[in-house]
Amino acid sequence: MDSLILDPLAALGRATLAACRTVGGVALFALEAISHLLRPPFYWRLFWRAFVEIAWFSLPVVALTAIFTGMVLALQSYTGFARFNAQSTIASVVVISLTRELGPVLAALMVAGRIGASFAAEIGTMRVTDQIDALTTLSTNPMKYLVAPRILAAVIALPLLVLVADILGVMGGWLIGTYKLGFVSVAYLKSTFDFMQAEDVISGLVKAAAFGFVIALMGTWCGYNSKGGAQGVGGATTTAVVVSSILILALDYVLTEAFFAR
Amino acid sequence: MRDVLSPGADPAILAPPAPAPAVPKIRMRGVRKAFGPKQVLDGVDLDVAAGHSVVILGGSGSGKSVTIKCILGLIQPDEGVIEVDGRDVLHMSRREREALGDRIGMLFQNGALFDSLPVWENVCFKLLAQKRITRARARDKAAEVLAQVGLAGSVGDLSPAELSGGMQKRVALARAIAAQPDIIFFDEPTTGLDPIMGAVIDGLIVDCVKRLGATAVSITHDMASARRIGDTAAMLHKGHIVWNGPAAALGHTGNALVDQFANGEREGPIQMELRK
Ligand SMILES: Nc1ncnc2c1ncn2[C@@H]1O[C@H](COP(=O)(O)OP(=O)(O)OP(=O)(O)O)[C@@H](O)[C@H]1O
Ligand SMILES: [Mg+2]
Repeated sequence: MDSLILDPLAALGRATLAACRTVGGVALFALEAISHLLRPPFYWRLFWRAFVEIAWFSLPVVALTAIFTGMVLALQSYTGFARFNAQSTIASVVVISLTRELGPVLAALMVAGRIGASFAAEIGTMRVTDQIDALTTLSTNPMKYLVAPRILAAVIALPLLVLVADILGVMGGWLIGTYKLGFVSVAYLKSTFDFMQAEDVISGLVKAAAFGFVIALMGTWCGYNSKGGAQGVGGATTTAVVVSSILILALDYVLTEAFFAR
Repeated sequence: MRDVLSPGADPAILAPPAPAPAVPKIRMRGVRKAFGPKQVLDGVDLDVAAGHSVVILGGSGSGKSVTIKCILGLIQPDEGVIEVDGRDVLHMSRREREALGDRIGMLFQNGALFDSLPVWENVCFKLLAQKRITRARARDKAAEVLAQVGLAGSVGDLSPAELSGGMQKRVALARAIAAQPDIIFFDEPTTGLDPIMGAVIDGLIVDCVKRLGATAVSITHDMASARRIGDTAAMLHKGHIVWNGPAAALGHTGNALVDQFANGEREGPIQMELRK
């Protein structure tokens, strides 16, 4: 009888402990990676490779996402706002929602799928084929070599991507506004710039940097700690994408609260 | 730190004074390591004298690779002492560890080449990491070392994925010796090579030890190779070193376990766990 009551409790306790261990592990991992950023040597070559991979090769995906989002946003707000005769606010709705929310979040989610997965798979494969151990025996700290440059690259690349996404998203809205909804081009743009605020754009870029950190951290951490061959690497890749996507949304809430709930 | 002498051997009484026992290059005492319920190393004691070449023998899965990885600090043993040059490696600061690692080379059983880098960069990785060579010089240096393992310089521009298994092994070997380490670990250096190339690689290992004065610890399943490269041999069985002696004697050591293993006999004290 006892075990009926205690077993679930014990299982809960074990799960809680495991969760705490994992969170602690990730936190220590992050701190170590950051500490390596502050101490030489720094692997510029690897930083640049990761940066190009994130910023340049994610550009098409992020651009398409942003354009279509801007277009949909314009269309949806038009049909919604027409009921209140508030069509004139469409430009402001598009620019505010893009710069504050949709630009950073959607770009980050797309990058999480691409980059989180590729970091986890690459580093995970290196782990299960002893390449990370080999680095250690070749006078190279694997955290410094594999993790630190990738994290820095993501933190810098994401805001740049989001800046592009903001611009293209607004353009998407403008396209629909002028060609489909009958706005005068100049008036739409004027309305856009009137409502665009530095605070909105900057908060979005700060969010983007934070999301970049999360994506690179989860990708590298999952890869670094993967075990057990191809299957383990596959699991690490999935975990990296799923966890970083959820963390992006959760962190988005936290940051929004911090920036705007005053 | 010297080995503790036994109480009876007070140096003052001994006349003429015996030469002080040299500090072994590598000294393992009571090293234990378990993975989950499985006790892989169960008190391993091993001494490797400086400038000597030791071959570790043992069945598949007996923990030979784990033993080496413990010395390298890649696996943390549960218990025991591991000393290199008389200094405890398990409780070193990170800086000391790195300094020690600079003098050690390792050939991994599966090669562990970096597949994102061309062969020449793999070979010169340690030299580049230690800034002992410029990138411009590294290609030539790589070609030089590749020649020692019987590979053409043009291999340097390939990616590791474009090489055959045996070639990968030799590139990995080149990478392990390129920085001329003090202590070298070879995990099955000749597995997967043809017999002639195997003999060439054995010669190269002997050369590293004799000419460069390095200390070598090798794992091999090939008895001919073990006799060629080893000064001494140690047999790992059920988590212990059960025998330690001259490598030349392998096959007629008088130890039933070792002789069965060296001669590859089915009948003997070692029973393979096969389902009948
Ligand atoms: N990281 C690990 N996690 C769990 N178990 C491990 C790990 N590494 C090794 N083992 C186990 O330890 C035992 C010894 O492994 P080891 O690789 O040292 O064998 P080996 O003597 O080198 O064998 P082989 O000659 O086949 O290479 C094996 O049973 C293996 O399952
Ligand atoms: Mg092995």
